[in-house]
Amino acid sequence: MSFIEYGDTIKDGDTAIVFLGHESMFPVKVQHGTVTQTKYGVIRHSTDLIGKKYGSKVTCSKGGWVFILHPTPELWTMNLPHRTQILYSTDISIITMMLELKPGSIVCESGTGSGSLSHALIRTVAPTGHLYTVEFHQQRAEKAREEFREHGVDHLVTVTNQDVCKNGFGVSNIADAVFLDIPSPWEAIAHAKSALKAEGGRICSFSPCIEQVQRTCLAMEEYGFTEINTLEILLRVYNVRTISLQIPDLGKAAEDNSGTGFDSSSPSTQGSPGANLQQGTVQFKSGVPLREMVGHTGYLTFATKS
Amino acid sequence: AMEGSAGARIREGDCAVLKRGEVFKAVPVLRRRKIIFEKQWFYLDNAIGHIYGTTFEVTNGGNLQPKQEVEETTTETKEAGTDNRNIVDDGKSQKLTHDDIKALKDKGIKGQEIVQQLIENSTTFRDKTEFAQDKYIKKKKKKYEAVITIVKPSTRILSTMYYAREPGKINHLRYDTLAQMLTLGNIHAGNKMIVMETCAGLMLGAVMERMGGYGSIIQMYPGGGPVRAATSCFGFPKPYFDNLHEFPLSKVHSLLSGTFSTETLPSDPEDNALVEEESNGLTEEKQTSLQETEEEPTTEAPMEINQAEEQETVDINAEDVEFKENKEKENKENVREKQMKQWERRKKLTETAALLREKNADGLIVASKFHPTPLLLSLLEFVAPSRPFVVYCQYKEPLLECYTKLRERGGVINLKLSETWLRNYQVLPDRSHPKLTMSGGGGYLLSGITVVLDKGKSDSSNLEALKMEEPSPKRCKVQDLHC
Repeated sequence: MSFIEYGDTIKDGDTAIVFLGHESMFPVKVQHGTVTQTKYGVIRHSTDLIGKKYGSKVTCSKGGWVFILHPTPELWTMNLPHRTQILYSTDISIITMMLELKPGSIVCESGTGSGSLSHALIRTVAPTGHLYTVEFHQQRAEKAREEFREHGVDHLVTVTNQDVCKNGFGVSNIADAVFLDIPSPWEAIAHAKSALKAEGGRICSFSPCIEQVQRTCLAMEEYGFTEINTLEILLRVYNVRTISLQIPDLGKAAEDNSGTGFDSSSPSTQGSPGANLQQGTVQFKSGVPLREMVGHTGYLTFATKS
Repeated sequence: AMEGSAGARIREGDCAVLKRGEVFKAVPVLRRRKIIFEKQWFYLDNAIGHIYGTTFEVTNGGNLQPKQEVEETTTETKEAGTDNRNIVDDGKSQKLTHDDIKALKDKGIKGQEIVQQLIENSTTFRDKTEFAQDKYIKKKKKKYEAVITIVKPSTRILSTMYYAREPGKINHLRYDTLAQMLTLGNIHAGNKMIVMETCAGLMLGAVMERMGGYGSIIQMYPGGGPVRAATSCFGFPKPYFDNLHEFPLSKVHSLLSGTFSTETLPSDPEDNALVEEESNGLTEEKQTSLQETEEEPTTEAPMEINQAEEQETVDINAEDVEFKENKEKENKENVREKQMKQWERRKKLTETAALLREKNADGLIVASKFHPTPLLLSLLEFVAPSRPFVVYCQYKEPLLECYTKLRERGGVINLKLSETWLRNYQVLPDRSHPKLTMSGGGGYLLSGITVVLDKGKSDSSNLEALKMEEPSPKRCKVQDLHC
């Protein structure tokens, strides 16, 4: 396995995702002789994981079972150890498309943070592209390097430990795209411009506050960027539910018990039919929005150097 | 590298995209060919050799001239009002008449000049607030300054263009939804992907761009052949098509049941014609739009085709008839060649069938006008375990059913029904706010991950899985009561 290439079987040294159920999973580093504790009991790597097919059901010591999944940047994003606030797949998807990333693209990123976006960028630009990522926090930079090594993608990424606002990306005139997720992106626009290829490229800046966006847009304009465009993407997730609504008793039931026109014994009915007959309910499938949703992550400002 | 694109120059025969403001149009770059775009006509001849991203001005004879960066001609004294209490709409503030403006245009005066004249002849301009003046100038510039930018096609540009111009042809798949699909599907170089789409080939093109020519794609198609009108707009290099395969949906059942044979292929002449066109070169615009034309009567409401394009369609149809007549003559002379093609087609199909039979695809992308449930239940059979799949549907309800049926089938986890909202912003000093209008609908996605399906005890384990993944309704009720 690697984050950029699918493998069929689980091998020693792989990073795998243990899937326990609804939104409940965690990453595990597969190692001979190691055991992992889950609420369903112990998983023994040597016998339960190594050599098994990704996507297999693995029975734990207490009889419960889990699925072992092949890692992807999206699963990693949902499970990685947070060292900072991270970008999630919804924002990542629009960033990737609007920056026009593809195999072979050269990308600059700052800051590296917890590496959520970095993994997705590397996945997209592999096998011939490269990511130059800059992180001013030394410990975070080192941790990111370690993760990239473990995930078999270190040949596609260069982590630099410096301040992007002061020292830039450490490269010039080679990038097809630049991504900024820092508190004062306007201070890095000049560096972004010089990192981009002379012929041009795309830039994106992520900021939670509109005041940051305004200063960034002004800086982009000042440095001659065009097609400046700010947007926001929101994810709505729906739970699929079978809903029963009770038919109100308007006194008609006494006169005509069966002719209401509502089919209380439709195929989707799962409740007890007896109760339905007495009360009179209608069942239907609905996509119910979650009670709470993420209302704002950040504004994404895109622009073109041409 | 074959992926390189930035800094590329416009060449004859390229597929380019014209951009004016927020409006895009994909065109083939051909010499001495009149282009009509945003009520302007011009020739692309002069654009050849320039770098993609160059902005051109349209001159009188329909020629393109790279736009010089000029200093903004500002009104000499920066006079402005503070509010509009004294501005009255009497319809007489503009001293130039329609005829005056037309005369200016006919004289070939530059758009910039005209805008300046309009400002000078506006009696209320000086009383407008600074912001209102700004807005006025922007509006007039948009109308009178004939500039277009020629950009290189990409998923970003083509998906934005299709959503704005012809949403009906792509089942209203909004670009941010498409972006989600590429990410959720973990599309990347080296994958073996199955794509089933009726989005004019836009989804296919997006997948091809992300795979960069590495790996393979099997496109499942309904009817006589895959539609790739939008795919051809990307201008992919030839090698990208080497590992692009296609397989008819109508043969999926027989492939799964083991009765598949290329001998039973439908061999009606129309079908053959399509395949011949394809082998003649996908990148040639006329032929791909021809394929699209054949699709149109069944797929599109006529209202969605604008008049100019309808005209184009008619022209192509006339050529189409001629083209077919010529072909017929040739065919009579060359029966052997036809047989060869038939044989080649069967060979390709056998190869594709073998690829599918391995049942080890790295993902499945569905974005079609069809009901997703039967597609998913069948096509997932070809996907390896622990691989993502994403289904698009313009409507939510079919995906609710699909979700339920997938749960009954088993072999899938982490099912998620979702939708994205996209909000655009105006960002200007002291005038930042969300844009007035936003898109009302960009479709819905159902995504998930395949797992090993243990067929023996699927029923009981599915029940468990159901309990495991879905919080019970009762618990929900309790939560609701608390709030």
